[in-house]
Amino acid sequence: MKVISLNFLTCAVKSCKSSGAAFPLHPKDAELVQDDIELNAQMLLNILPRLDWAALRTNATELGFPELPAELPTREALEADEKKLKDLHHLLVETQIMEGKLVCRNCGHEYAIREGIANFLLPSHLV
Amino acid sequence: MTAGTAETSSSSSFDPETYESTHVHSVYEAIAPHFSSTRHKPWPLVADFLASLPPGSVGLDVGCGNGKYLAVNPSLWLMGSDRSANLVSLARENDGRGRRRQRLNEVTVADSLALPYRASSADFAISIAVLHHLSTRSRRRAAVRAILDCLRPGSGEDGRNGEGKAMLYVWALEQGSSRRGWDEDASQDQLVPWVTKAGTGKTHKESDSRKPENDTTWHRYYHLYRKGELEEDVQAVGGVVLHSGYEKDNWWAICTRGLEM
Ligand SMILES: [Zn+2]
Repeated sequence: MKVISLNFLTCAVKSCKSSGAAFPLHPKDAELVQDDIELNAQMLLNILPRLDWAALRTNATELGFPELPAELPTREALEADEKKLKDLHHLLVETQIMEGKLVCRNCGHEYAIREGIANFLLPSHLV
Repeated sequence: MTAGTAETSSSSSFDPETYESTHVHSVYEAIAPHFSSTRHKPWPLVADFLASLPPGSVGLDVGCGNGKYLAVNPSLWLMGSDRSANLVSLARENDGRGRRRQRLNEVTVADSLALPYRASSADFAISIAVLHHLSTRSRRRAAVRAILDCLRPGSGEDGRNGEGKAMLYVWALEQGSSRRGWDEDASQDQLVPWVTKAGTGKTHKESDSRKPENDTTWHRYYHLYRKGELEEDVQAVGGVVLHSGYEKDNWWAICTRGLEM
C-alpha cells in the first residue's frame, strides 16, 4: 500500500465514520519498500489538491520522513522546483508499506497489512 | 446443469450475511484462479468511463475481482477492494492483459457494506458486477449509498463542479438472447453454477454438457435486476442518476451522491 492511498483510507467500523479520530489511520510496525517509479508530474500535480494535507503530514512523520511544510505548496511553486515535486513523488508514489498495521485511534482496531495488502474485514463484534 | 431459483428473503429464518458467506464469498475464494483466468477483457462502456476521466482523478473499484480495470487508465489513482482475499491477491498484479503488472495495483480486502474510505474524497467509483451478489434489497441499497458516500460533492453555482461520479453495473433479468435464457418471467433470485474441472485448473462453460464425476460445481447467488430497478435503488438512497442503460445482459447507471441527506 502506497502512502498516497493511506490518505483516502479510514476505519471500516460504522461508528468511527463520523469521528475525526478515525482519520488518518496510523501505521504501526511498518516495513517500507521503495520502488523506482517514473514521475508523472501532471498526474501528481492534479492529485495533490485532493489530499488531506494535515493527515499526510501526520503519516509522513510517523513513517520517519522529514517534516512536510504546514501548507501544500502551490502548483506554481512545485512546477518551479522539481526537487520538491520529486520528494513528494518519492513519499506518495514510490514508498509502500509492505508489512505492518494500521491503527484506528477512535476504536483502537488494528488492520493488518501483509504483502502490501491491508485487510479491512471486521471481526463480528465490530460489524 | 441449470440455474436454480434461490431461496432468500421469503424464508423467515433467512440470514443474509450467512447466506452470502456460503453462496458468494466462499465460492469466489474457492474459484478465484479459475474465475480470474476467464476474466481479462474490460467491458467497453467501463473502459470508456475510465478513459473519460482527467489525469490524477482519484477513484475506487468496489468489488474489483481480479482487478481487470485497475490498469486500464494508468493516469488515474484507482484503488480496488474486494471481499475475496484470493481475488485481491490476483488483482494486485493484474496489468489488465492477463499479465503481471510492473507497477503493482493498489488493493485492499474489504466488504462493500463496510468500506474503509474517507467520505466525500473520490472523484469517481466503479462497481461492476457486485451489487447483484447482495441478497436483500436493503443491503443492495445500503451498498449503493456506501459507494455514493465516498464521492466528492460538487461545488459552484449549480453544485455540479467537480462532482464525483459512480458507474454501477448489474446483471439483468432480461437476458432473452443469452444462453441462460432468463426473461421477465424468471425468478429474480438465482443460484448460478460454476464448474471447476478436477485437477486441471480449467473451467467448463456453464452450458457445457460434459461433466465427469470428479468435477466440482459451485453455486453463486445472483439477484437479477429488472428494468428500472437499479435506478430506483440509486434514487431511494438519495443518489442522482445521470445516465443509464442496458448493455449485453446487464443494466448500468452513472450516478452522483445527490444532495446531503
Ligand atoms: Zn475505528
